[in-house]
Amino acid sequence: MKNRENYRKERIDRCIKARSDDIYALSSYKEMWYLIFPRVVPIIGIAILAYFLPLYWKKVVITTCIVAMLAVSWDFLSSCGLLSLGQALFFGIGSYTAGCLNHYFHVPIYLTIPIATICGGFISTILLLPVIRLRGIYFAMVTLILPLMLARGIEATHIFGGNEGITGLSPFPNVWVELTFIIAGMWAALFALRRFISSDYGLIFVSIRDNDRATMASGINIYSFKAQALFIGSSICAFCGAFMTHSYMFTGIPVFTMEFSILPIAASAIGGIGTLAGPLLGAFILVPLSEILREFGTLRVVFYGLVLVVCVVALPEGIFHYLSRKYNEMERWVRLE
Amino acid sequence: MFVYGLINSAVLALMALGFNLTFGISGVANFAYGAIYVVGGFITWVFINHLNLPYAVSAILTIVIIGIFGALVYRFIIKRIRGLVISEVIATFGISIILLELLRFIGLIGFKYSLPVFIDGSVEILGVYVDIQRLFIIGLVILVIISLYVFTHHTKTGLAFRGIAQEEHTSLSLGINPDRIASLSMGMGSALGAFAAIVILPLGTITVDSGYDVLINALSVCIVGGLGSTFGVIIASFIIGYAQTITAMYLAPHWTMIVSLFAILVILVIKPSGLLGHQKELEERV
Repeated sequence: MKNRENYRKERIDRCIKARSDDIYALSSYKEMWYLIFPRVVPIIGIAILAYFLPLYWKKVVITTCIVAMLAVSWDFLSSCGLLSLGQALFFGIGSYTAGCLNHYFHVPIYLTIPIATICGGFISTILLLPVIRLRGIYFAMVTLILPLMLARGIEATHIFGGNEGITGLSPFPNVWVELTFIIAGMWAALFALRRFISSDYGLIFVSIRDNDRATMASGINIYSFKAQALFIGSSICAFCGAFMTHSYMFTGIPVFTMEFSILPIAASAIGGIGTLAGPLLGAFILVPLSEILREFGTLRVVFYGLVLVVCVVALPEGIFHYLSRKYNEMERWVRLE
Repeated sequence: MFVYGLINSAVLALMALGFNLTFGISGVANFAYGAIYVVGGFITWVFINHLNLPYAVSAILTIVIIGIFGALVYRFIIKRIRGLVISEVIATFGISIILLELLRFIGLIGFKYSLPVFIDGSVEILGVYVDIQRLFIIGLVILVIISLYVFTHHTKTGLAFRGIAQEEHTSLSLGINPDRIASLSMGMGSALGAFAAIVILPLGTITVDSGYDVLINALSVCIVGGLGSTFGVIIASFIIGYAQTITAMYLAPHWTMIVSLFAILVILVIKPSGLLGHQKELEERV
């Protein structure tokens, strides 16, 4: 190792990145491949993996996709300045809406999921409307408390099946439909949100996070925009909840557990916050990992915690940021003058 | 009911003080607090039952060990991700999971894991019988609060603590090392957690799950009282302590959790920084 006291590390974009970013008429297959590769390979890879794995691992893929969607929605909310610690709230509301519709009114499955998605988003937004003025950690704490309270409330009042929950809901026709449905939903959510947030309209959401008072000063009603962001984010979670309800044919208090709040955040922190694709990557690392560790019994959670701590401390920026830097930029040591 | 409410409040205050100390000074929400509480109890238990040390010695040793452990956690883990709130929370929560589930894996579950009380027996106050241990808790809470007050207002290190809490950059320019003070505060917070464990745990058995309960209780008291305000913690623990006791008596025990959660929710909606929190109107809402 040479003495690097008089050197600094320089990072510049690869020239192929610069060319394919600005020039829209791409000049070669190489440049097209450069752009398409990071998007197509995961899509095809996950599809192949999902359809050819044994049944048990198919279920794992479904869970992973659900967590990935929750994480993407979390990241979307946080890039609108709404730090949420309670994805379980949105998830649980969606799940209970679908479950109740199916159980009490016998609505068929292809109607319950869309209705639960819209209604779940609507109910969550209305629930959180009084606290939409709160910022940062204070908003986060409200979202952390609400699902715990709803769960205890259902436990105490015995509505919607109380402790036992609602069982015997109508299932999906078969596992293939289930798999296709959730994978398609996940990619749709990811790419739609990425497109949305880089549009002119989506820019306002990011500006609210960066400086809300400056956004207000520009004559934009940030409360209405925050409510819209909340609706979009919670609708995605409610969809996951409704899906999970029909997948397991069950809804109950477990849908409000902290796990559904913590896993998406952990996935985002490991994958890289603010990229939308990072949380998805994080979910695809964390969930299968915890499944592999299952054979260690109770020790599994210990390993899991260890991985979390090591990842967060060693790569605070997240894996996705790291990978995209390696892919798009080159590094070299430059002598200081 | 009056007496039991008072005791419940004192227990809550004792649980929350350590968490509050760390958060108020270094701004690190120590989610490993509940784990530290349980580990503190177990270390004392091991000292007493396997090394046959006298009770007082093992208690002091535990507090010192846990204090050093907390400082080391700050030094080697938190320091690297200071300022990234989400990473801090995930790292400390990860530590909490590691500690608690490791204890569960070793298999420390059962009634034999309990600490001895200081003095056995009970006395009658206002018509109800109260264990002397519970009276000890009330006395010790008052003692801890007074010594914390003296420490932060009349010693050099204590003043440095408050300096860091108020304005980190200015105190840096006055020759205070924020990292050293923050790791000290983390150590002291953890030591207080261990102290709380040693005092409170004789009332029941040591269980792994109580770690999570302690964390939730400490969090709720700190939120209602105002994060980082010691007197807010005292007032909040009285409010929540009495609210829990009253609901347990007149409604049903499983409503107690709802009451404390509802208290937090109301406080957050009306006055997010808590009853006695610092006024930061623009930072909490727009």
